[in-house]
Amino acid sequence: MSHSLWSDAWHRLLKNKLAIFGAAFLIFEIAICILTPWIAPYGFETQNLELTLAKPSLAHWFGTDNLGRDLFTRILYGGRISMTVGILASLVSVLVGVIYGAISGFIGGKTDTVLMRIVDILYALPFIFLVIILMVYFGRNILLLFVALGLTQWLTMARIVRGQVISLKHKEFIEAAKAVGVKTRYIILKHLIPNTLGPVIVYLTLTIPSVILEEAFLSFLGLGVQAPMASWGTLISSGVEVMEIAPWILLFPATMLSLTLFSLNFLGDGLRDALDPKGAKD
Amino acid sequence: MAILEIKNLKAHFHTRRGIIKAVNGISYSLNPGETLGIVGESGSGKSVSQLSYLRLLPSPPLKIPDGEVLYRGENILGMSDERLRSIRGDKISMIFQEPMTSLNPYLTIGSQLTEPLMIHKGFSKPQALKEACKALERVGIPGASKAMKVYPHEFSGGMRQRVMIAMALTTKPEILIADEPTTALDVTVQAQILELLKEIQKENQMAIILITHDLGVIAGLADKVVVMYAGRVFEKGPVETLFEKSEHPYTRALLRSTPRLDRLEEKIPVIGGSIPDLSQTHLGCPFYERCEFRKEICKAEFPKVRKIDPTHESFCHVEIFK
Repeated sequence: MSHSLWSDAWHRLLKNKLAIFGAAFLIFEIAICILTPWIAPYGFETQNLELTLAKPSLAHWFGTDNLGRDLFTRILYGGRISMTVGILASLVSVLVGVIYGAISGFIGGKTDTVLMRIVDILYALPFIFLVIILMVYFGRNILLLFVALGLTQWLTMARIVRGQVISLKHKEFIEAAKAVGVKTRYIILKHLIPNTLGPVIVYLTLTIPSVILEEAFLSFLGLGVQAPMASWGTLISSGVEVMEIAPWILLFPATMLSLTLFSLNFLGDGLRDALDPKGAKD
Repeated sequence: MAILEIKNLKAHFHTRRGIIKAVNGISYSLNPGETLGIVGESGSGKSVSQLSYLRLLPSPPLKIPDGEVLYRGENILGMSDERLRSIRGDKISMIFQEPMTSLNPYLTIGSQLTEPLMIHKGFSKPQALKEACKALERVGIPGASKAMKVYPHEFSGGMRQRVMIAMALTTKPEILIADEPTTALDVTVQAQILELLKEIQKENQMAIILITHDLGVIAGLADKVVVMYAGRVFEKGPVETLFEKSEHPYTRALLRSTPRLDRLEEKIPVIGGSIPDLSQTHLGCPFYERCEFRKEICKAEFPKVRKIDPTHESFCHVEIFK
């Protein structure tokens, strides 16, 4: 009899084949990433200088790079970094953005003005600048990189949620909840936030890839992961360099990234539909 | 003793365009088990007068510069938010005008119905679900236990209004404030809802404040009537007295402009002009511009109360029907 939004959404999600496919792929990928140190055929920095830029073969499924490192192994290790960045940074951005936006929109007035001006100021700072400041103050740390990326991504999320909340807060059901005596905290958590989930999830599916790409950009500048460690972003950018002589070095990591993003989008669309009670067909 | 007593309540909106005096010194009282109808045109301050003291309007811009609202002798305006929250939704419940939007589209009927019980009565979830299910049955929703698991969009307007009524009734309130409960519904459903309210009122001995612009609804349900115009009370008294022997030009005009089946005229007389701009200060009677009986004094000062009999009061300088 536990008939909540979440259990209903779960049942609806199970009926969406594409979303389940996406979810299955992501779970598979995450599992592989976790198990990488045990299943990777080579070390991620093991070089074989006699076999550089080799074509895919049975020994090296995805070929080797210009230092003779096994690309398959490097993609597995890179996936660990990229997936963690994507998930952690997006979680940070959703948590901070949704709560910040909801509070700002719901309370309104001067509080809203102050909170939103803070967002404007942060918007105006180039995010690279922010990340560099964080790195300088707290030292270079891969976890910090995730947080820093999340902290630059929540701004748009906060604005989206704030807009939603402002349009929702004068609806009669919020007034009715107030009239019934529901506390402000629960009005925000139970009545307002679920109503903003649609746009939040859509934006989330856009955030994850953009965070993964931003990490690649930072790594390229030498602020992210350091060689010989790799992420998908760095693998792609090094693949671009040798694109003309060994296209597979670009192709494989790019394909992995695309597949992941596809799956995320399928899952995101499925979640958005599943979380909308009006989408129920039964 | 009156269960709710409103004394000289004022509710002003402080906006950029100036102070809008939406409610400008109104007084009336409500006895236990009684139905008080508040009638008036759109913008006369009917809803604001109720929402303001229950703190359901954003403040600022709302300010209550003056007045007292006594619930069982205790002034609501002076209460802490905590104390008011314990009364609102428990002893004083509300039903809103628009059933289509008064329920959260993301929550099942059941989880919304259980809210007041869990907040005010300290019920556990299963207890509250059981009680809420009974309430749904009481308001005439077929298959109540199944309906608990349904989302609002699967219900029609009339059904949703029944759910809202069930929700307002779960805590057995002493006062039910119904803000145009039937305005958004079609006529047959309207009659059913009013009948339902009447029955439940009898069972629970609850007082109702019925806000409406529909004199037919008032005639069917109210014991006492307060006629409001531009934030003022113009006339109040028992429903029969007001319909039969109204002493106020505005009430008369309002009654005349209501279409009636037993008096088919070719043209329904309307009240010319429109409600005055409430951001302007009106020293005199706000109905002055539209009144057919106006005198010089009406422009200068708002009339004092005139008691026609102990229960019937009118606020007018002109004794037109003497």
